[in-house]
Amino acid sequence: MELTLWTYEGPPHVGAMRVATSVEGVHYALHAPQGDTYADLLFTMIERRKQRPSVTFTTFQARDLGGDTAELAKATIRDVVERFEPRVLLVGESCTAELIQDVPGALAEGMGLPVPVVALDLPAYSKKENWGAAETFLRLVRTLLSPLAPAPGEERPPRPEGRRPRANLLGPSSLGFRCRDDVVEVRRLLESIGVEVGVVAPEGATPEDLLRIPEADVNVCLYPEVAHSTCAWLRRTFRQPTVETVPIGVGATRDFLHEVARLTGVEVGDAASPERARLPWYSRSVDSTYLTGKRVFVFGDATHAMAAARVATEELGFRVVGLGTYSREFAREVRACAERLGVEALVTDDYLEVEAQVAELRPELVLGTQMERHVAKRLGIPCAVISAPVHVQDFPARHSPQMGFEGANVLFDTWIHPLTMGLEEHLLAMFREDFEFHDEAPASHLAAEAGAAAAGAPAPAAAPDAVPEPAVAWEGDAERELKKIPFFVRGKARRNTERFAEERGVRTITLETLYDAKAHFGR
Amino acid sequence: MSATLPVARPAVGETGELPVLRERGPREVFCGLTGIVWLHRKIQDAFFLVVGSRTCAHLLQSAAGVMIFAEPRFATAILQDRDLAGMADCNDELDRLVRRLLERRPDVKLLFLVGSCPSEVIKLDLSKAAERLSVAHAGRVRVLAYSASGIETTFTQGEDACLRALVPELPGLGADERSLLVAGALPEIVEDQLARLFAGLGIAPVNFLPPRRAGALPPVGPGTRVLLAQPFLNETARALEARGAELVEAPYPFGAEGTHAWLGAAARAWGVADERLETVTAAPRERARRAVARARARLEGRRISFLPDSQLEIPLARFLAEECGMQLVEVGVPHLDRRLMAHELPRLPESVRLSEGQHVDRQLDRLRADRPDLTVCGLGLANPLEAEGLRTKWSIELVFSPVHGFEQAGDLAELFARPLERFERLAV
Repeated sequence: MELTLWTYEGPPHVGAMRVATSVEGVHYALHAPQGDTYADLLFTMIERRKQRPSVTFTTFQARDLGGDTAELAKATIRDVVERFEPRVLLVGESCTAELIQDVPGALAEGMGLPVPVVALDLPAYSKKENWGAAETFLRLVRTLLSPLAPAPGEERPPRPEGRRPRANLLGPSSLGFRCRDDVVEVRRLLESIGVEVGVVAPEGATPEDLLRIPEADVNVCLYPEVAHSTCAWLRRTFRQPTVETVPIGVGATRDFLHEVARLTGVEVGDAASPERARLPWYSRSVDSTYLTGKRVFVFGDATHAMAAARVATEELGFRVVGLGTYSREFAREVRACAERLGVEALVTDDYLEVEAQVAELRPELVLGTQMERHVAKRLGIPCAVISAPVHVQDFPARHSPQMGFEGANVLFDTWIHPLTMGLEEHLLAMFREDFEFHDEAPASHLAAEAGAAAAGAPAPAAAPDAVPEPAVAWEGDAERELKKIPFFVRGKARRNTERFAEERGVRTITLETLYDAKAHFGR
Repeated sequence: MSATLPVARPAVGETGELPVLRERGPREVFCGLTGIVWLHRKIQDAFFLVVGSRTCAHLLQSAAGVMIFAEPRFATAILQDRDLAGMADCNDELDRLVRRLLERRPDVKLLFLVGSCPSEVIKLDLSKAAERLSVAHAGRVRVLAYSASGIETTFTQGEDACLRALVPELPGLGADERSLLVAGALPEIVEDQLARLFAGLGIAPVNFLPPRRAGALPPVGPGTRVLLAQPFLNETARALEARGAELVEAPYPFGAEGTHAWLGAAARAWGVADERLETVTAAPRERARRAVARARARLEGRRISFLPDSQLEIPLARFLAEECGMQLVEVGVPHLDRRLMAHELPRLPESVRLSEGQHVDRQLDRLRADRPDLTVCGLGLANPLEAEGLRTKWSIELVFSPVHGFEQAGDLAELFARPLERFERLAV
């Protein structure tokens, strides 16, 4: 057993639901008890889908267990085919159904249904959501494309005369992180080098579209968590090369263009530095100097975490002090990436472990999932969300990609805005003894109202940086000096100094200790 | 689709009773685990440990995630492949996790082991585990067990199962004492309002189940009169009756009239004179009527359907029909509990289509044919129905927000009026 407060991923059948819902004309008959329908709200509430997800639950109850749950599964499958007339039927089971061993996929295959059946076997007690999505996508593609596979050793036919190079975009799915906008950006990128987009799947594809996958020259593995195994199968079976670079950040976007160009025989030319790529100049402009060496902690799915680490170090000049992922399937890649950055990767799906590491590292910025956003909020650290698991806020109304040059612009804005701005930081330091300019002072234009409110308010709460029962004592001078440090870093200075003192067995913190600690922790 | 629409009139039932359309099939409901989302806020030193799968953990955070994201007092012990191999192992694992959990949360005084679909199917005996853990952590924490699995419970039945598990723990009430026990989790502000009304009626002592703290379990005995604040506590009521308590049957305290009737039933059971009831309730009842009247303008004559969800459907439909002038089209309930609805069903208009259970696709077919002005449904269905041009009210809000009693009657009506008002306001 594993103790879990929050989970980064749902069970594997939720991954299957994401694929079923993404592909039009596919329906998923899911052998599951009542209550498993909660997953519908992820699609309708978090993603604000206008249609119910394409899934029907058999809804067995305790009283069915003594009887024939297999019969119930068959009846539901028949109903689904009749009512929804899917062009492909996915059949599977959730965790509880796995225990009662009705094997609905095999049942459906034996029913002589008038539609192709994809039987899904997604082990609920060892696998998770992204694996389930990847496996479902692979099974779906294999079922449809296996009959079209060329004989072993057969050469791939050349691209028809006069047709532009074509790339499929594989991996965007329902409930994926910013997929909608990424697809728009990647399409724009490819068109900028004269490559047309073939099939985008699973999101927005039809089964008929999937049949056209082999026509493209390359497959872009846009979200490896969902599409990696499918791309590998297509490479083996149809000898379609895979574009492996995920174009998040300016550098990766350029690498991506060059990789596509190499595989399709086109030129990148000016497309690698378009006018709309603002991140390079914004990052070089003097205001960004204050970003230098900011300590960031990165956690997310493997793709977004590794991409964020690269952007953070190479394009914003941050220092990555921690890098981790919950995607165990890509642990090797993340470990290698962390090693290059001189840190040890945190590969875990235990949210408490991530929280502990953030608390220990005390980064100046957290780039994480919705989980880390809450961790950061509790610890008072600025945070930007870079990866699923998602919340309703991660489906913004505006265009907000992560990929391509526009995506890099978005990253610049969303990661920088939570931070105190450069000049602001200096002003705070310069005027730290100004009577209007301290942690308890309201904004000057609100002083009148705030004063009135404060008058009627109960005794003020302790200052935010007050720590109950410090393990070490502060000498008066040192305490007064601490107060001169800008309030937004004072808490950290206090904690660092106390930690420094404790580690050295210093009982009383003097001015000397304070500056010794500053020198020790300073970068 | 409409060509094959099944005839929507329910079969005529037993004499004098509303006919009921009974359905089975795919359901769109939460399981009982969802109750943990409000119960863990209510009993402030309790922790809920679900023994289940990743699906259970995901359900809890998805149901809760829409609303809260604080450090929760619930968690899931996720069963894994190796646990499914042998039972002894499962119990050892559970003991280990509970130890770790209690170390982390020294504030916890009451621990619920909550059974799920997988734990029920593999027949993991959580009651036995709770006994063992109670002994192991004696003096530190009390450990109880109940099942909120989807194969046995629907949504609010989880609260029923939880409170049912508390009943054997309640201390005995002295032989010649009496007390009023109000059962059902209510927001504290509502409890306080109701407590003031009972004090005005001279009814004392009044206790609430669940209590706010595990150490404050209310006593129960033959002198106890049980008044249900929530219409889904069948098992809890039976367990309290088995301890000698007597159930006061009443409509539920929704709206000015529902609350008045509910208090009236308690007053009669306690032997309080009618005049005193009227004196004490006159002002708040009038206030409630005035508050409801504001929303009534928007609700009157509008047609409403309820999809089965929380078991609150019948009392709420009664309130909307009686006090807001709404027309009931279909009122669906997960299961029809005639005993607990004895004072509600006769107040429903005969024209209502009452349905029990669910075949969600057929129900949606009926809904599309009916096209009511407002549909009360779960979160999975609300946006798709809105996209079809139907106005909806998410039912989960009715379980999470203060809606009971006189002072909330206006808010309750407003919850139904708001989607209609919003629709009228928007010009995009």
